[in-house]
Amino acid sequence: MAGDSDPNAPWVTTAGMLPVLVTGALFVFFLGYIPQIAAYAPVRWAWDWIPSLDIALTFWLDGLSLMFALLITGIGTLVMLYAAKYLAGQPQFPRFALYLFSFMLSMLGLVLADNLITLFVFWELTTFTSYLLIGYLHVDPKSRRNALQALLLTAAGGLAMLAGFILIGVTQGTFELSELNAAGSMAEHAMYLPILILVLIGAFTKSAQVPFHFWLPNAMAAPTPVSAYLHSATMVKGGVYLMARMHPSLSGSDAWVWSLTIFGGVTAVFASFMALRQTDLKQTLAYTTLMALGTLTMFLAGSTGYAITAAMTFLFVHSLYKAALFLTIGVVDHGTGTRDADLLGGLARAMPITATVAALAALSMAGLPPFIGFIAKELAYAGGLEMTLSAFVIPMAIIANALMFAVAGIVAWKPFYGPQGKLPHKPHEGPWPMLAGPVILGVLGLLFGLMPWLVAEALIEPAVAAVMGAPDTGGRLVLWHGVNLPLMLSLATFALGALMYWKHQQLRAALARIEAKGPDFDAGWDRLLDHFMAMAKGQTRVIQTGVLRHYLFATFTVLVVAVAATMVLRSPGSVSLSLGGLSVREWAIAGLALAGTGVVVLTSSRIAAIVGLGVVGIAVALIFIVYSAPDVAITQLLVELLVVVLFAVAALKMPHLDPTGKQRHRPWDAVLAASVGAMTTLVLLYVVDTPFDRRLTDFFEAASFPEAFGRNIVNVILVDFRTLDTFGEIAVVLVAALGAYALLKGARAATKKDEGQ
Amino acid sequence: MNSIIFTAAARLLVALLLVFSVFMLLRGHNLPGGGFIGGLLGAVGFIVYSLACGPKEAKAALRCSPEALAMVGLGIALAAGLVSVFFGDPFFTGQWYWVGGDSYETAAFSVNSVLVFDIGVYLVVLGGILSLTFAFEEET
Repeated sequence: MAGDSDPNAPWVTTAGMLPVLVTGALFVFFLGYIPQIAAYAPVRWAWDWIPSLDIALTFWLDGLSLMFALLITGIGTLVMLYAAKYLAGQPQFPRFALYLFSFMLSMLGLVLADNLITLFVFWELTTFTSYLLIGYLHVDPKSRRNALQALLLTAAGGLAMLAGFILIGVTQGTFELSELNAAGSMAEHAMYLPILILVLIGAFTKSAQVPFHFWLPNAMAAPTPVSAYLHSATMVKGGVYLMARMHPSLSGSDAWVWSLTIFGGVTAVFASFMALRQTDLKQTLAYTTLMALGTLTMFLAGSTGYAITAAMTFLFVHSLYKAALFLTIGVVDHGTGTRDADLLGGLARAMPITATVAALAALSMAGLPPFIGFIAKELAYAGGLEMTLSAFVIPMAIIANALMFAVAGIVAWKPFYGPQGKLPHKPHEGPWPMLAGPVILGVLGLLFGLMPWLVAEALIEPAVAAVMGAPDTGGRLVLWHGVNLPLMLSLATFALGALMYWKHQQLRAALARIEAKGPDFDAGWDRLLDHFMAMAKGQTRVIQTGVLRHYLFATFTVLVVAVAATMVLRSPGSVSLSLGGLSVREWAIAGLALAGTGVVVLTSSRIAAIVGLGVVGIAVALIFIVYSAPDVAITQLLVELLVVVLFAVAALKMPHLDPTGKQRHRPWDAVLAASVGAMTTLVLLYVVDTPFDRRLTDFFEAASFPEAFGRNIVNVILVDFRTLDTFGEIAVVLVAALGAYALLKGARAATKKDEGQ
Repeated sequence: MNSIIFTAAARLLVALLLVFSVFMLLRGHNLPGGGFIGGLLGAVGFIVYSLACGPKEAKAALRCSPEALAMVGLGIALAAGLVSVFFGDPFFTGQWYWVGGDSYETAAFSVNSVLVFDIGVYLVVLGGILSLTFAFEEET
């Protein structure tokens, strides 16, 4: 599936290169902001969007968003270049490029948004575009299913988050993140807990924390460039970004510390064990991503300088090495035809560059000096020791990091060195567009490790300042801190990790046994969906009988009961009915209506019933004429005419009414009809009894000619004062007509098909 | 319906109805009428014609599909609303241009977006009802 691109196909195409160039340009654009942001001078762009709802299209560039923007555009450029070669010659590549580029833009919008609603919109856009990307190999049902799973889960989380955002907006009086963060923690507010829970559901589903983690490994059904992009710097980091972004306003409570620490810690350790258990290298990396997300969440629970610096550094480091590793595995897959860790071995001779790059990235992941991964790990231990729940955080971090050490060996040592594996075809080195990304990212991991000041002041410290809400004393990113407790913990980690790598075959077998006994979240998700479907089916069977009588009976019964209940509960007082003032003309119209009704009820001919109904309608039109509403009367007359004609056309083709068939229902129908009639009469009498409010009428009478140059108030209201309503109505007319048209045509097609058989 | 009298009468009636429907549309702003009523009258005209001569003849007389007519109508109504955007007014604000004067009293006549909107309403109602009716007649 993955390595099926044509090696001879041209890869420098418009669809391939345009996204690379635009994304690269964006990367350079954001690079230009580094000096300003490093001086703690955030930038804000604003456009009014829906001013009446206080929703604006505002963007905010500070240390945190700049770091994300650079990762998104920087890694994005490399991934798009890689994808152009990786998928070269595939007929659907332009579509893929469009999806990937739209995803990049949505992600960029997400990390730059200042308004919570804007953020939500971009958040959902990343959900949709990632759905398209994960399901790109849509011929495969598994791919479709996994894409849908990611979509449903993250979109559901997103809706919870929207509810949280609206609560924030209502209680705090603003949707602007910059204002919310400047106002400090809202932990004292009565609505704080609901807000926190709702927002965290969004963040945890997006960033795949246990128990919402299962969609992430499944999302590996996507082509490798997608995995590299979505699971290193972007999509899954969305939740982490949200927690970091809202840290100043949402942290500062025990609920924040405990929930993030526990969920993050459990996710990190669970994912590390699962990573060791996998044999597919891509699945292994997927679980290491999960581990990174858990670790980041755990450290965002803290509020001290070291904890936040650890989170931001690790976030940066992880994006570099994880993208590099995913891309490397794509190269291996491309070059050998397999990603199975048990089959691969001894590739270093045939793929020297890939092997070197994999080693660079893996050493950073393992946290060995002098790579920047080492600095991140030292910072994590230093930060963890400062945290409230350090007794929980430190052991969790050690286990997770030791497992990462072992996994790094599996990913980067075993496939390239050691005995030659059994490969599907002869290995060959990857082409340069596919190596450029991993090489650059791998080398940067080493470079920044040796010279941490390059990123410290430009990226990490401004990001830390943005999360902490105030500029913070920097200088923590140093390769050599001296012999201290974090270093001791690092050494212990290496020892434990080496032991795990040495015993990883036995450990994997043991883990497989445990996994078989544990709960299967993925199957649980399928069961949940099955239950939903079953419920929908059962409910449809009960409610949708397909018999017109039932629908009408239900509708009118509800009408009578609801209106009667309201009248009894609200007891609007007595009504009076005086028939004294009616002239002969009015009695005649009432008689006409009654006669028409009588015909409808008593006749056994369909045509006669329709004509009777028409008589009633015309009587109503006459009433409008008597009370001088000519527009309404004309409309009523025409509609009645059309209804009669349409019914007559239909009735000609329908079977005769069966006078015996409906006898059983008739008493009930009579009761219901009488109740609806009585109810409507009562309501009308109440309405007539209340004094008429002339304010609107007076306004339209006064304003119709001077403001809209029309003397027919009805028409002026329709086409001038209330144009938007009219526009909505004619849109409904059109949609209804098209819908009925489709139904009629569909019915005819179905009949023809039946006749044909 | 094979009635020579009806078929012969229908041709006259239809012409009258269609002229009357346009008349109702145009006078709607000051007297009873307007796009809704005009559209309904026009639809009645074509329905009478289709009852007399069959839906095929009526469709041919309409010269375009009623669905397209309705959609074009909605587009015209929307365009009439968008005109105000170019004058800095909120969406759907009526725009008036006086020909031969500078106010309602002095001008010979006016060009305005309100009537354009009403024409859109007319076409939607006409097309919507006719698409339903034709489909219905062909179906049954």
